[in-house]
Amino acid sequence: MHIHFVDPYRPGVSAVHRLDPRVKLILALAFILATASVPVGAWPIYILLLTLTFSGALAAELGIGFLLRRALLATPFVLAALTVVFTTEGPAWLRFPLGPWVVRITYAGLERFASIAVKSWLSVQAAILLSATTDFPALLLAMRAVRVPRLLVAIFGLMWRYLFILADEARRLMQAREARSADPDGRGGGSIAWRGRVTGSMAGNLFLRGMERGERVYAAMAARGYDGEVRSLPLPPLGVGSFLILAIGLALMGGLAVLAQLVG
Amino acid sequence: MAPEAIPAIEVCDLWFSYPDGHKALQGINLRVWPGEKVALVGPNGAGKSTLLLHLNGILMGRGSVRINGLEVTEGHLKKIRAQVGLVFQNPDDQLFSPTVFDDVAFGPIYMGMPENEVRRRVAQALAQVGMGEYARRVSHHLSVGEKKRIAIATVLSMSPSILALDEPSAGLDPRARRTLINLLRTLPQTALISTHDVRLVQELCPRTVVLDAGQVVADGPTAALLSDDAFLEAHGLEHP
Repeated sequence: MHIHFVDPYRPGVSAVHRLDPRVKLILALAFILATASVPVGAWPIYILLLTLTFSGALAAELGIGFLLRRALLATPFVLAALTVVFTTEGPAWLRFPLGPWVVRITYAGLERFASIAVKSWLSVQAAILLSATTDFPALLLAMRAVRVPRLLVAIFGLMWRYLFILADEARRLMQAREARSADPDGRGGGSIAWRGRVTGSMAGNLFLRGMERGERVYAAMAARGYDGEVRSLPLPPLGVGSFLILAIGLALMGGLAVLAQLVG
Repeated sequence: MAPEAIPAIEVCDLWFSYPDGHKALQGINLRVWPGEKVALVGPNGAGKSTLLLHLNGILMGRGSVRINGLEVTEGHLKKIRAQVGLVFQNPDDQLFSPTVFDDVAFGPIYMGMPENEVRRRVAQALAQVGMGEYARRVSHHLSVGEKKRIAIATVLSMSPSILALDEPSAGLDPRARRTLINLLRTLPQTALISTHDVRLVQELCPRTVVLDAGQVVADGPTAALLSDDAFLEAHGLEHP
């Protein structure tokens, strides 16, 4: 049995799936940049951007429901921006005492917070579309194409390869613990400190196994000639069709960003 | 074998201790001739894997190891590693790349081959192990038997003259094991196979070397060695 849940890729044959990974990566980054540049409160532009992500989800045959469920991931991070509600200057919408202080919530602050929330939500949607329609090896290739340092790409590749194996090992450790966690007379379980020690030693065990595996993998790489430099085959050329889609997509994102400045 | 021929593998008085002080190899002497298929058997901890790691310089002990007459030293590592294909016991250690293609291409790329040659070798190596359709697959989703065959392909793509296989049949179900044995039989390379699988030894290797406590305790025809029950028991081996 293997663990697959960490792999966000959803195999498919849609036009979005078939699009060159380099085009997808660049367009997703352009989308996120364009979204970030939209001024606070430019709601019509947000709606336009949302139609883009929804269209992407439909074209990729993933469904809008899938996109929205996955995008919930962004919600905890939005809380980091919560402070703008209290710190932005402007007419107060609500004020209430908190100990010796008076807390003011302003309209401008609320609007800014809502804008940040929507923008991060849209950006996460673009990242989800990218990762759900592009398998990881293709993403690595795309990263190389946009000049992400090779060593970094190699580290991402190894991390992704061994994440699953580490997760499998963790699962086996937990199964072994479960299998020996008998409780015949209802008094089992042990104290919290004891449980903490067991969990700690399991984590340590996993770390040691990871280290040892790292050494074996390095030996396997060295045995096949690895000399510390990351090498790979040259990337295949980008087709004319892909270039065209890339150009149109970039023009669209640029147009939206300009429009956003005019509206905002 | 003509006496003037150069051995494919020549190990002379090889000693090796791990940093924790464990003496893994204690004066190993071994010669393997080109084209030979030799089994390396012995109990766990006998030093089998350690010896294999010396064949292409992953470990370097005291004494000498020569591959096709070339001494294994820092300066010769690139040449040595192109000649000795080391297949590790756990294919998850051997298959570290995002896809099967990348893994099989790894060796040829590091040998500095042009792209066309790399692609040709990958296709050939995968075809040789019967996994031609798997190039674009991700190793994590393969069965152990498939991973083992691809692990072998990752060294075949380097066209080595020697294969050093560590426990090739460990963890395989009977069908996968049979496929693997049939595959190993078709490979023309000189092979040193470390294993506990006595039946595999009987089928593939006319010659067996028994290692125990870091020393060669027997070296001779497989049939004779495996019929000596008292000897087998003394070294923790099983009668086929």
